[in-house]
Amino acid sequence: MDAQARKEYWRRNLRLMAVLLTIWALVSFGAGILFVEPLNNISMLGFPLGFWFAQQGSIITFVILIAVYVWRMDKLDAEFGIDEYEEEVHHS
Amino acid sequence: MSEIQTWTLVFVVLTFSAYIYIAYASRVNTTSGFYVASGGIPAPANGAAIAADWMSAASFISMAGIIGLAGNGYGGSVYLMGWTGGYVLLALLLAPYLRKFGKYTIPDFVGDRYSETARLIAVVAAIVVSFVYVAGQMAGVGLVFTRFLGVDTTLGVIIGMGIVFFYAVLGGMKGITWTQVAQYSVLIVAYLIPAFAVSAKVTGIAVPHIGFGSILDELNGLQADLGLGEYTAAFGSTNMLNMVLITASLMFGTAGLPHVIVRFYTAKSVRAARFSALWALFFISLLYTTAPSVAAFSKLQIIQDIEGTALSETPTWFNTWADVGLITQADGSPISDLAAETTLRYTDVLINNDIIVLASPEIGGLPAPIVGLVAAGGLAAALSTASGLLLVISSSVANDVYFKKINPQATEARQLLVGRIAMAGAIVVAGYLGINPPGFVAQVVALAFGLACASFFPVLVLGIFWKNCTAAGATAGMAVGLLTTMAYMLWTIDIYGNSDGIFGIAETGFGAVGMLINFAVTIAVSQFTTKPSPVMQELVEEIRYPGRTELVAKHAQGEL
Repeated sequence: MDAQARKEYWRRNLRLMAVLLTIWALVSFGAGILFVEPLNNISMLGFPLGFWFAQQGSIITFVILIAVYVWRMDKLDAEFGIDEYEEEVHHS
Repeated sequence: MSEIQTWTLVFVVLTFSAYIYIAYASRVNTTSGFYVASGGIPAPANGAAIAADWMSAASFISMAGIIGLAGNGYGGSVYLMGWTGGYVLLALLLAPYLRKFGKYTIPDFVGDRYSETARLIAVVAAIVVSFVYVAGQMAGVGLVFTRFLGVDTTLGVIIGMGIVFFYAVLGGMKGITWTQVAQYSVLIVAYLIPAFAVSAKVTGIAVPHIGFGSILDELNGLQADLGLGEYTAAFGSTNMLNMVLITASLMFGTAGLPHVIVRFYTAKSVRAARFSALWALFFISLLYTTAPSVAAFSKLQIIQDIEGTALSETPTWFNTWADVGLITQADGSPISDLAAETTLRYTDVLINNDIIVLASPEIGGLPAPIVGLVAAGGLAAALSTASGLLLVISSSVANDVYFKKINPQATEARQLLVGRIAMAGAIVVAGYLGINPPGFVAQVVALAFGLACASFFPVLVLGIFWKNCTAAGATAGMAVGLLTTMAYMLWTIDIYGNSDGIFGIAETGFGAVGMLINFAVTIAVSQFTTKPSPVMQELVEEIRYPGRTELVAKHAQGEL
C-alpha cells in the first residue's frame, strides 16, 4: 500500500469504528439505562422494552456489532489488496 | 451415597479424565508454545477458550443469583451489559493491533511501547489482578466439591489444584487452550439444559429467552406484594448514575484485563484475532442471555416454594442448602433454630447468591443426572478461569521479570523451566488463598475491574491510536488512575472507610472515573514530554495495517 492508500484505509477503519461504537453506546447506556423508564412503557412478548434491552437486547446487539466489524474489515482488506496476514509469533 | 452424589461423581471423573488426556496430547516444549500456543489456534477454538477463560465461577455459579436476589431484577443488568460490552471494545480497539504487535504479555506491550518503568507498573498490576481473581476460582471449586460430593473444602481445593497443575505446567498455553475448549463445552451444556428444561416446565415454552417474558407479570406482582418493588422496575436497587458508572467500569475493565487480552496473541493472524473476538462473544452470549431467565425462573419458584409454607413442609432443595448454611434466617442465624410449625415468609429468609444456579435443577424438580452435570459445569468454569490466570502470573514472572530484567541471556529451556516453576508456585499460593479466603475476596474481585479499567485501558488505547503518546504521559496516567481509584475504594468500601463518597458513587463504579482521570493526565503530560522515537512512531503506524511488515517483525524479534 502506498501512503495515499494507507491514509484512506485508516480513515475508513476509523469511520466504521465510530459508527459501531455509537450504536454500542446507544443500546447499552442509552436504551438499557438512560432511557429505560420511557422504554419500559412499551411491552414486547411480555418484556418491558427497556428491561429487555438491559438484559437481552444489548448483548445480542454486541454480537451483531462485532460480526459487522469482522465482515466489513474483511471487505476493506480485500479492497486494499491485503491478502497476506502476519502469521509469525515473534520472540522478544 | 445418594443418587445425586453418584451422578456428580460420574460426571466429575469423566470430565477430569478428558482434561488430563487433552493436556497430555498437547504438551509443549518451546516458550512460544508455553506462552501463546505458538500462535496456532484456529479462531472458533480460540473463541471457545476465551469464553471459558472469561466465564469464571462468578459467571457460572453466582451471576444469576446476583441478578435475581441481590440486584432485585433490573439492578443486575450492570453485569450482563458490562461483562459482554467490553468485548466490543476489545474487538474494535485492541485485539487486532495488539496481535500485529506480536508479543507475549501486556507488560511486554507497555514496556516496549513506553518505558521500563511503565513495564514494571504493568507487571505489578497484572499479577495483583490475577491473584485476586484466582483465589475466588479456587474457593468456587471447594464449594462445588463440598456441596455435591460431601468432601471437605480443603480436599476439594487440593484435587482442583492437582488437575490444574497437571495440564497447565505440562501444556502451558497450548494445553490450557485445548482443555478450555473442552471445559467450555461442558459448562455451556450444563448451563443450557436445566435452563431449557425449567423454562418448558414453568411456561410451556422451551426457549428460556422467550419463556422469560411470560412470567414477568406474575413475578412483578409477587415482588410488589412482598414490598420488594417490581422485578423489571428501573433503578430500584441502584440509581442511574451508578448504573452507568458500574456498567462502564465493567466494560472498560474487561477490555483491560491481562488474561483476556493475552488470548488474542494466541490467534494465527490479525484476521484470526478479529474472528476470535467474534466467536468469544458469541459463545459468551449463549450463557449471558440465558442467565437472566434462570434468575427470573428461580426467583419465581423460590418465592412460590417458600412464601407461606410451614417449615415442616419445605421442599428438599430448601432443606439441603439450609443444612450447609447457605440458606439462613434474615439475621444470619440458622433455619434449624425455628420451630417446625413456623410459617416461612420470603423476606425473613436469606438465600446465598451462589446457590441459585447449582440448585436450579433441584428447584425445578429435574432428575439427578442433570444436577451432577451442573456440578461438573461449575467445576469446568472455575478451573478454566484459574488456569488462564495462572498462565498470566507465570508468564509475567518468567518473561517480564526473569527474562527481561534478571537474565536476558537465559536459554529457551531455562525460561521454560522458570515459567513452569512460577506456575507451580502460583498454583500453591492460589490453593492456599482458596482454602483460607481473606474476608474481602468477593469485594476485591469486583474492584479488580475498576483497577484494570483505571490503569490499563487508556494506556493501551492511546498507545495504539496516538503516535505522540509519550512514556512519561502513560506512566503518569497509569499511576494517577490507579492511585485515585484505589484511594476512593479504600475510602468508600464497607470494611475500610465506609464513606458515602462523592455524589454517592459506588466503589465498584469509580473505575470509570479513574479511567477518565488517567486519559486526562496521559494526554496532558504527553504535550510537554519527549516524543516517542521516530522508529516507535513508525511502528505504531505499521500496526494499523494487518498485512506482513518487516519493521514490526524485526522489532518484535528484538533487532531494533
